[in-house]
Order: sequence, then C-alpha cells, then structure tokens
Amino acid sequence: MSQTFTLDDKAVPFEDGETILQAASKAGVFIPHLCYHPEFKPHGSCKLCTVKVNGRQTASCTMRAAAGMRVESDSEELNTERRALTQMLFVEGNHFCPSCEKSGDCKLQATAYHLGMMSPHFDHFFPDRPVDASHPEVLLDFNRCILCSLCVRASRDVDGKNVFALSGRGIKTHLIVNAKSGRLADTDFTLADKAAHVCPVGVILKKRRGFAVPIGERTFDKAPIGEVLVKEEN
Amino acid sequence: MAWPELHGAAVAGIVDRVAQRYRRDPTCLVQILREVQEACDWIPPEAIDRLQVVLGVPRTKIEGVAGFYSFFYTRPRGRYRILFSDNITDRMGGNMALMERLCAALWIEPGKVSEDGLVSVDKTSCTGMCDQGPAMLVNNLAITRLTEARIDAIADLVRDGAPLADWPAEFFAVTDNVQRADLLLGPNPAPGAALRAMVARAPGRSEGGAAAMLEEIRRSNLRGRGGAGFTTALKWEACRNAPLKAGQQRFVVCNADEGEPGTFKDRVLLTAHADLVFEGMTVAAYVLGARRGFLYLRGEYRYLLDPLNAVLQRRREAGLLGADILGIPGADFDLEIHLGAGAYVCGEESALIESLEGKRGTPRNRPPFPVTNGYLDQPTVVNNVETYAAAALIALNGGDWYAGIGTKQSAGTKILSVSGDCARPGIYEYPFGVPVRQVLQDCGAKDVQAVQISGPSGICVSAEEFDRRIGFEDLPTAGAFMVFNHSRDMFEVARNFVHFFQHESCGFCTPCRVGTSLLKNLMDKLHNGHGSPYDFTEIEKLNQILLSMSHCGLGHTACNPVLDTIAKFRPAYERRLEHTDFAPAFDLDRALAAARQMTGRDDPGAHIVPEAFGEEKTS
Repeated sequence: MSQTFTLDDKAVPFEDGETILQAASKAGVFIPHLCYHPEFKPHGSCKLCTVKVNGRQTASCTMRAAAGMRVESDSEELNTERRALTQMLFVEGNHFCPSCEKSGDCKLQATAYHLGMMSPHFDHFFPDRPVDASHPEVLLDFNRCILCSLCVRASRDVDGKNVFALSGRGIKTHLIVNAKSGRLADTDFTLADKAAHVCPVGVILKKRRGFAVPIGERTFDKAPIGEVLVKEEN
Repeated sequence: MAWPELHGAAVAGIVDRVAQRYRRDPTCLVQILREVQEACDWIPPEAIDRLQVVLGVPRTKIEGVAGFYSFFYTRPRGRYRILFSDNITDRMGGNMALMERLCAALWIEPGKVSEDGLVSVDKTSCTGMCDQGPAMLVNNLAITRLTEARIDAIADLVRDGAPLADWPAEFFAVTDNVQRADLLLGPNPAPGAALRAMVARAPGRSEGGAAAMLEEIRRSNLRGRGGAGFTTALKWEACRNAPLKAGQQRFVVCNADEGEPGTFKDRVLLTAHADLVFEGMTVAAYVLGARRGFLYLRGEYRYLLDPLNAVLQRRREAGLLGADILGIPGADFDLEIHLGAGAYVCGEESALIESLEGKRGTPRNRPPFPVTNGYLDQPTVVNNVETYAAAALIALNGGDWYAGIGTKQSAGTKILSVSGDCARPGIYEYPFGVPVRQVLQDCGAKDVQAVQISGPSGICVSAEEFDRRIGFEDLPTAGAFMVFNHSRDMFEVARNFVHFFQHESCGFCTPCRVGTSLLKNLMDKLHNGHGSPYDFTEIEKLNQILLSMSHCGLGHTACNPVLDTIAKFRPAYERRLEHTDFAPAFDLDRALAAARQMTGRDDPGAHIVPEAFGEEKTS
C-alpha cells in the first residue's frame, strides 16, 4: 500500500491498522514515548507521544494512521509540553539518578535529556514508597515507578501470570503484586519472566549485579534515545 | 457481625452467597465487592482469597478494582463510616465546623478510625444533596440537613452503637424540592403509555416500527442531557447500524452517575419519575433491538436501589419489561441496576462501561466509541437519565411536538439543580433558552456575584453575563446551577473545585494525575499566603498542559474553574499574591503542625510565628 500521511512536512507511508507512532518509527522518525512498547498493546497513558492530528492533540501510540492526516510532532509547543510531562514524572516519584543502577539505561532519564530538561521545575512530592527486597532474584524499588504498566501487560499477556497490577486512584495510583502479603517473594515471579525485563526505569532490578557496566558506557551514554529506539523497535 | 469476630469461614460464606447471586460473573465484580462490604463493613483479605477462587480471577485484579473506588475499603473503617459531603455548597453551609464538632464528640480525627474500631469520619465529593445540605453519608446512606443538634444526636447514636435502622427516619429524608415543573416533572403519564403510542404509530415490532421511532427522535432534535449535547438520534442510529459479530448484541445504558458537584436532578427524576426513565430506555431498546440494559446509579444514591428495583419488578409484572413486552412476541428487554462506588470519572461513558464490566473506572482510548465497541466490546448506547425521560415523552407525543419547545438548537426543556445563595434552592425545569437572570429571580437569589453553571467542569458566569441563556448555543449545562453572593470568595470556590478534580482524577494519564495535584498545591500555596506572580503564571501553564495533554474530559475541564475565575474575578487572586518575588511554598510553622498535634499543643509557644496561633482550626 502506498498510503501516506504528513508528519512535520514529511510524507510517511503506513499500512492499514498501523498507528502514527508505528509508522513514524518505521520511517525513522522518533516520537518520545515511555508507556509504549512495540511488543505490547498500546496503553496511551504517559501522553509523551502526544501529537497534533489536523490541529487536535492525541496520543500517537493509540491513534491509527489515516491517509492525508496532517500530523505535527517535533514542534516547540509539543516538546515544551512533553518536557513538562517528563518533569511531572520526575517530581511525582523519587528519582535520584546518580545512585540509580538504571542510570544511562533509563528511558525516563534519556527522554529528559532528549527533551532538554534542565531541572525538575515543579516542587517534588517526595512520596513515601516502600522497597520490596523479598524476592531472591529481583528487587522492586517503587520509588521510581512511572505507572507505565509495561510490567502489568508483560506479565498478563506474555507470561500469563498477572504478577503486577495498578491499584489506588489518582495521585495514589501504585503498582501492586499478586500476593496476599503484597510481597514479590510470595508470587510465582521469576527472572525468566518477560515482565522482569520491560521496566523502562529502575523499579524491577536484578539483584547482585550492581554497576556491571560503568556509567558512561551504557545504552544512552553511547547514543541518544531517539536513535536507539528507532533502531530497536523496528 | 463485626470484625474481628468474623472468621475466615464466615467471610467465605458471605462471599459465596453474594457471588452466587451474581452468577459468579467477574463482570459484576464492583457489585460483588459492594455487597461483601455491606455485609462485612469492609473487604477483608479473606474475602479476596475467596473471590479469587469463586470468580477465577487473580488477586491483583480484585485489589486493583477495590483500590480504585473511594467507597471500597481494604482496611477496616469502622462499623459506622461517616463521610461529609464536601461540595462548595456544603462548605457554605458550614460542613467543616460540623465535622469538627462530630470528631470532637467522638474523640477522633478526620480521616482516621477510632481506636475501638467503631467509627471513622472523613470527607467525600458532593453527594448530590446541595439543596438540603450540609449532607453526609453513613455507611453509604444519605443524611441531609445537618445541624449542630443533628450532629450531636448522631454522635450519641454512634456511641450507643444503635443500628442504622433505629436512627430517626427524618435524618434520612430526602425531599424532591421541585420548584418549577414543565414537561418532565409534570404529572407522570401512565406506565406503558409511551410504549403503546410508539407501537401504535407503526404497528408490529418490525424494522419499520423501530425506524419510525428513530425518525421521531430525529425530528425532536433531542440532544444528550449529560452536558456534551450529542444528537441523540445520531448516537442511536450509529449503534443501530453497528455491525454485530456472532454472539454479540446491543446494549442500552443509562448514566445515573450524577457526580458533577451541584447536580441533583437525576436523583429527583429517579425518585418521582422512574417509570418515565425506564420507559425511555425501553424505547431506545426498541429502536436498537437491544435486549439488555443497565442503569448505572452512583453509589451516593444507594438508598434509591430498593425503590428502583421495586419499580422494575412492577413493570415486569405489568408486561412492560421482560419477555414479549406489551404482548408483542420477541419484544424482549430487561435491565438491571449497577451501583457505582464513589468515582466521579465513571460519569465519563467509557469509564462507566469499564466499571459496568467490573473493572477500574478508567476512560478508554477512543476511537472506537461505545456505539460500536461498548459494553463487552459490543454496540452500546449510553445516555443521561434526563435524555431517556425526554425520549419517553417523544415516543408519547411525537418528535414535532418536542421540537416546538425550547430554542432552535436546543429543543425541549432542561432541568436545573439550583443551590447556593438563594431563598428557594431545588429543582427548576425550564424550556431551553431561559436567561440566567430569570432563574435567579425565580429562586429568590439576591446580591449575586456569580453562578457556576454545569458544576466545576462548566462555566462560571459573572453578573455582567446574567442575560446569557441556558442552551447549547450559549450556556450548555448538565444541570448544576450554584449561586454565589458577594460575601463569597471566588478564589475559595475555585480552590474547592480544584481539590475535587485532584481527588477524582483516575490517575491513568500523567498530565491529569500529576497536574491536578500540582494545581491543587499551587492553589493551596496562594491560600496559605505564599503566592507571587510567579505562581500565577505557573497556574496558567498547568492549565494549558491539562487542557492539551489529558486523556479525557476530566483533565480537560479540571482547569476551567481556575481559568474562569482568573478571567472574571482576578482581584480575588491578586489579593493573594502577597509577595512580589517568588516565595517557597514550604512554611516552617506549618511543618510543625504534626509535632503540635502529637503533643496536643496549640499555644503561642508552640509556634515559630506567634500570630499563627489558632490557625489550624480553619482548614
């Protein structure tokens, strides 16, 4: 099929059923995103991938491409708002990059660099979130959770386990695990699960493997997130 | 029975009994959790153990749902769970002082459970009793017209452990307060009259009959009464034409999740005109060929459940619901009532459908829309209570008759829920096109500064605009009409609304989840006297992000009250910009509040700034 839509003045081809984000990625154009992952059903919650379709804002990970659409993505206005969303994600949790095992491999951090975020801007919430170190192989540090639900989808749709889910509402929304005790050790979770490897930030971490790759040599130290994801997700 | 005497086996017995009644159907999870809580006073872990087994769903799903709704408790909240309605009208009626009085009488703190596990007292979003507030819920049953005397009596009843059934009946009295009736609130047509008129217009349940009824709806120009004003005929037609896959059917859903603060007209329609509403749903079912329907009733209206079920039963016995309605073979339609559990966002139609399916009430990604992919992914029409009542009258009297009432773009009448600073609060039904000034005059409002039309997500109208008219072409509304006289501080009105949206944000999308909290913090900062022009521009920036990036209408409209009051009542904000340069929100004296509370001190010596003494009483 030779259907196209316009993305920031560039003609982008797409196939029936493809979303704007998928088609853009195939065409080598990066649209920032955190809750989207090509292997899972789009969620549309982080809103970083918001674009303007014919002048109206919509999440590009859930919006199907249609012939003749005029899509605006890499504009000052949208990038400013994306930067604000990234800052919101930082202040809502407890993110201390210098001491985080995921630093350099973290998509939140890399996205912040991509968008030119220089400070958290908003007042920090400093939420009180516990750490779950009960599991023999995996540490859960909820302080860094951005509620993207990738682990929820991976565990449910790929592992068939439902180890993770979101509970609570509003600013109190939080990740829970499938055990009466609320502890990961009391679930059937293992390091072999898909859900163990999809966290874009530093919540789900393999134990006893600290800083194996030195800072400065990690994924996004070598190449910016746009380049990495456009390559990886195709 | 009270926890902890209740042991695991007893809980399992309760769960089994409730789940059995719902056919062990996981799509009824919200209803099952509600009934389990009504029996156990909360949802104990043992109940979730058992639900996992009998419903065959993972624990995470049950806990995720239970954690979403304000009225579900996975920790003990006492045998008496008291929630004060906290709409701005309740505030104006002195609800905070009454709450303090009750807490003092019961020796407890707001938000906490008493040490003996007897009682908890907290706040909740508007309970829809604004014309007879301040109001509260006790174990989800509404109590109206709170006074100091009534609060003292309640404290005694709680301390004595009196069963709710023994509390004075007048505490639970909810009056209709119909001040002006027109088509909908006038004398009720005989049950079935509208259905008979519809069938008589095109005899037989053929495609032709349904098409003829749809044509009447089209001619009537009826538009949805939930606020957005989508043309009803277009919605019904889209659903009617939506293709069905094997085993699929169409559904009729009535949105009675009347959560917009200041709105209480659906409560009156369902109290005094339930037949009309159910008849309108049956008309829709006839047009769509739907066999099943739901009424989604907000949890705050729990007291209406039994009377409404009695109406449904009476209609079944009269041949107006169930199989072969009016004796027409194959004309089958029945409906059931699902109760919400304290989540404003479920008024959004796709979130409502999620809740009907027993899930967290998170709005769906759209498209696709419910008319093609609604309940259980099948074509579904969701309309407001008032829309169905109007549809019944159109079936009775015809579309042309209806189109002749009101204005060109807004046919028919609109029911307004009038509350706030006026002599005669209550329900007013007018033909569309009525000026705000007329309503104010009729309800006896004097010295009016502003009217909040359609609740916090609507429009704040100032005195210069009182000649504007109610209608889709000027002031669209879901029905709320809150009046504020000149003694009211419009900044505090907006702050109350911002708190409401922060509390009700579902948390799904980043901008609304975090943005409503940031907005609340900034409004509180201004309230606390730390505001500067910097904060003012921050508020405007946040509003822009909420408006452009949010997932659903809640986030899009969460900034409305602030934008409107900034535009129209700017001095109320400027008064609060006490610093010309940025000042931090952190306040050392306020930060010591926890220490003061622990030591039971609030004397000048316990404050950094002695003047702040006594401030903690005014929240």
